[in-house]
Amino acid sequence: MSALLQVQGLCIAARNATGAEVDIVHDVSFSAEKGEVVALIGESGSGKTTTALALLGYARPGCRIRAGVIRVGGVDARRLPADAIADFRGRRVSYIAQSAAASFNPAHRLIDQVIEGSLVRGQLSSAAARAKAVELFAALALPDPEGIGHRYPHQVSGGQLQRVMAAMALMTDPELVVLDEPTTALDVTTQVEVLRAFRRVVHELGTTAVYVSHDLAVVAQMADQIVVLRGGRMQEQGRTGQILTDPHNAYTRMLLDAVPGSHTIAAETHTSAAQPVLEAEGLAASYGRNGGVPALRDVGLKVLPGEVLGVIGESGSGKSTLARVLTGLLPAHAGTIRLGGTVLAPAAAQRTRAQLQAVQIVFQMADTALNPAHTVGQLIARPLAFYHGMDSTAQKRRVAELLDMVRLPADLAGRLPADLSGGQKQRINLARALAAKPSLLICDEVTSALDTVVAAAVLDLLADLRRQLGLAMIFISHDLATIRSIADDVMIMYAGRPVQTGSRAALARGPIHPYAELLAESVPELQQGWLDGLRPPRVALGRAEQRQAAARQLASDGCPFFSRCDVRTEGVCDTAPPPNHALSTGAVIRCVRSEAELARAQGVQ
Amino acid sequence: MSDTALRTARPRSTRTLPGWIGLAVVAFWLLVALFAPLITPHPPAAILRLGMLSPASAAAPFGTDFLGRDMLSRVIYGARYTVGLALLATVFASTIGSVLGILAAVSGGWTDAGLSRSADALISIPHLMFALVIVAALGSSLPVLVGLIAFSYVPGAFRIARSLAANVNAMDFIQVARARGEGTPYIVLHEILPNIMLPVLTDFGLRFVFAVLLLSSLSFLGLGIQPPNADWGALVRENIDGIYDAAPAVIAPAIAIATLTIAVNMMIDGLGGRRLRARLER
Repeated sequence: MSALLQVQGLCIAARNATGAEVDIVHDVSFSAEKGEVVALIGESGSGKTTTALALLGYARPGCRIRAGVIRVGGVDARRLPADAIADFRGRRVSYIAQSAAASFNPAHRLIDQVIEGSLVRGQLSSAAARAKAVELFAALALPDPEGIGHRYPHQVSGGQLQRVMAAMALMTDPELVVLDEPTTALDVTTQVEVLRAFRRVVHELGTTAVYVSHDLAVVAQMADQIVVLRGGRMQEQGRTGQILTDPHNAYTRMLLDAVPGSHTIAAETHTSAAQPVLEAEGLAASYGRNGGVPALRDVGLKVLPGEVLGVIGESGSGKSTLARVLTGLLPAHAGTIRLGGTVLAPAAAQRTRAQLQAVQIVFQMADTALNPAHTVGQLIARPLAFYHGMDSTAQKRRVAELLDMVRLPADLAGRLPADLSGGQKQRINLARALAAKPSLLICDEVTSALDTVVAAAVLDLLADLRRQLGLAMIFISHDLATIRSIADDVMIMYAGRPVQTGSRAALARGPIHPYAELLAESVPELQQGWLDGLRPPRVALGRAEQRQAAARQLASDGCPFFSRCDVRTEGVCDTAPPPNHALSTGAVIRCVRSEAELARAQGVQ
Repeated sequence: MSDTALRTARPRSTRTLPGWIGLAVVAFWLLVALFAPLITPHPPAAILRLGMLSPASAAAPFGTDFLGRDMLSRVIYGARYTVGLALLATVFASTIGSVLGILAAVSGGWTDAGLSRSADALISIPHLMFALVIVAALGSSLPVLVGLIAFSYVPGAFRIARSLAANVNAMDFIQVARARGEGTPYIVLHEILPNIMLPVLTDFGLRFVFAVLLLSSLSFLGLGIQPPNADWGALVRENIDGIYDAAPAVIAPAIAIATLTIAVNMMIDGLGGRRLRARLER
C-alpha cells in the first residue's frame, strides 16, 4: 500500500534582493501512512511553514514550488488545474494556522465560519453541517458544544478558539490536516488541553496530520515521525523515539540540548544578609479609571543583590503589570516600592533620574521595543547620554563595549533594527538596558518570542552578565522550565496575586501550592507518552461556571484559583480569602490547606 | 515564522531616479525664484510691442499676456510668490500641525481633547470664506497671506499626524522611553516623528498643491497677490481668455504649477521615502 502523503524532492524558490531565484526549501522528502502524524521541526527561517503550505499546493507571494512531487492520496497537488485546487485544499488537505485569533473574522459567529467550507463546496446541507460541527466541538472537548458556535471569536478563550479552528479544518473530512504551530501562542495549561483534544481527534478519525512546531517536547507527544529542518534543508528524519533518544545529526542534538530545563544556569550563591536592591509591599494596581479593572492585588517581593527573582503565571496573571508598576509606567494605587531603602514614587515621571537609571526594563517584543527609525548605535547611546552625560566619542567606545558584552559584532552599530534577526534584536534590547548601568534588570518574557536555540543562548548570556556584573534581576516568564533554569527565588502569580513565593529548591521539593502543581505538570516533557500518562483533565468548565470563576477572581474574598483547584473545599475556599502560611521549605503559600494535607495530595515524602 | 528568507529577498533601492528628478526640478524653481531679477529678459510689468496674447517668438518665448507683457518674465517672477509663499505656508502648516498632532497623541487626556476639538472647529470653517474674512479685516499683504494659508491647513495636518502618532505611541519603545524618564519633547521629536515622516511628507505634498490653489483663488478674487504682481495661479486666471487663441500665456504658468507640484511629490516619494519605506514595508 502506498503512503497517503508523499513528498519527494520538494524545492521552493523565492526571489532575493537582486531578483535572482534562490531555493529556500531544498530537496525535502518525507511520507506518511494513513493515520500517521509527521512533525516538521526547526527554527524560524527553517522553511517548515513554507514546506507545510506547499502540501496545500500553495506558495506564498514571491515564492514558487520549483520542483518535486507532492501527492496526497494519489493526487498530485502540483498538477491540479486552478479550479480543482480549491476543492483539493478543502476536501483533501486542510490547514490550522498558528494564530486562531487572526484567522477568524471577528464580525461573524463561529458556527457560520466553521461550516462555510462545507456549504461552499455543497457537501452538506446547512442543518447537517451544523450538526456535524456540534459533534466536532464535542469531540474536541469544547465546553457547551451546542452553544459555543453561536458566540463571536472574542467571546471564547484562545485555547477554545484554536480548537474551534480545528473543527473548521475537520469539517470536510480531509485526508490530511496541516497544523502550523497550533499551540505556540497558548499558555502551558491551555496547551495541554488543546494537545489532548487534537490527539484524541486524530486518533478517533484516523486523520493523517503534518504538525509544524519548534517545540520538541510538544512534538514528542503528537508525532510518529519527525523531520528536522534547518535553513530549508532536511537534517534528519526518523521515528519519534529514535530522534529523541538517539539523534544522528549534530543539529538535532543541539535542538535537544536547547530545551529549557535540560541544564541549570542559575548561580548557587546566596547572600541573604545584604540589603535588598528592591523591595515592594502590598502593591495594588488597576487599569482604567477609578480603579476600573484590578490587575494586581497585595503583591510583595524582595530582590537581593545579584539574585534573580523569577515571576511566573499564565497570561492575565498580572506578571507584566507587575513589571509596569515597578518601573512606574503604571502607577500603583497602594503599596510601597523601596529601592535600596528609599521609597520610590509610584509614577516614573516623579522619580529622580538616578532612581530611573537603577531599574531598567527589557520588554518581550524586541520588534516593537526598538525604535525602527534609530540605528543600533543611536539606540544604545541614548541611555549613555541621558543618564551618564557621555560625549559622542565616549558613547561610541561604550556602545562597542556593550555590543561586545551581548556578543554582537561592533559594526552592527550602523544598522537599523529591521536588518537584524530576532535574537540579535533581543540582545540590542538587553544592551540598551545595560547601558544605563542598572542595579536591577526587569526582564519581561525576554525569551518567549525567540526560537529554542536562540532563547537558550540569550539565557546563557543573562547568566553570564549576572556573574560578571553582579546584576539583580526580576525574570518574568510563562515558562516554568525557563524560570527553573535561571531564578533563585520564584514567585508564582495567579489572578494578580502571588500564590507561592519561595526558593527554587522549595518549588522543586514541594509541597507546593495547588496552582504551582498544575503549572508544573503542564510543562511538556521530552519523552513520548507524557501526555497520555497525565491525569485526566479536571472538570471542564461550562460558560456559566467560567463567568462565576471570573467574577470570583475579581471579588476580594475567596480564592481565585477555587474553580480549578483539585483540593478545594466548598464553603471554605470560595468564601474567605486564603491565608498566607509558611512551609518548612521556606516557601510562603496562599492556601487554606496545611503543609501535611498538600504533601499527601501531591505525594511528597 | 519562516519568512526571514523572503524579507531579505525584497529589492530595496528602486525609487532613486524619480526622486532625484523631483529634487532637481524643485531646486531649479527655488533658484529661479531666488535669482528672478537676474534672469528675466524683460521687467515683468513692461509692455512689449508684440500685441496681446501673442504666440511664442524669439523675443517672448512664452508669448505675451493679456496686456502684452512678457510671459516668461512674469512666470519667473510668479515663481517667487508661488514657491516662496505657498511652500512657506505649507511648511508652517505641516510643521505646526504635525508637532501639535503628535503632542496630542502623546499627552492624551485634556491636552488631546482640547487640541482635537479646536481642530474640529477650525476644519469646519470653509477655507475660502475664512480667508475672505481675514483679508477683509487685515488687508492683503504677504505675511497675512502666508499666515492665512498656514492657519487654514494646520487642522488637516494635525488630524493626520495625530492618528499616525497614536499608532506609534502604542509601541513598546515609547514605554521604554517613558521608563527611561524622557520628556515629552524628546518623545515627540525623536521617538515618534521619524516613524511617521513618510506619510507626513506625503500629506505635505498634497497640502502644497492645495495651498497653490487657495493662493490662486484668492488672487483671482483680487484678495491675493495684488496686480501688477502675480503668482502662477493668478497668471492662469488673468490670461484665461487666451485659451480660445491657444495662447502660450495660459499654458506656461499651468505647466509651471504642474512641474512644481509633481516634482515636490516625486521628491518626497523618492528621496525621503527610500529609507522610511524600507522600514515601513517590513
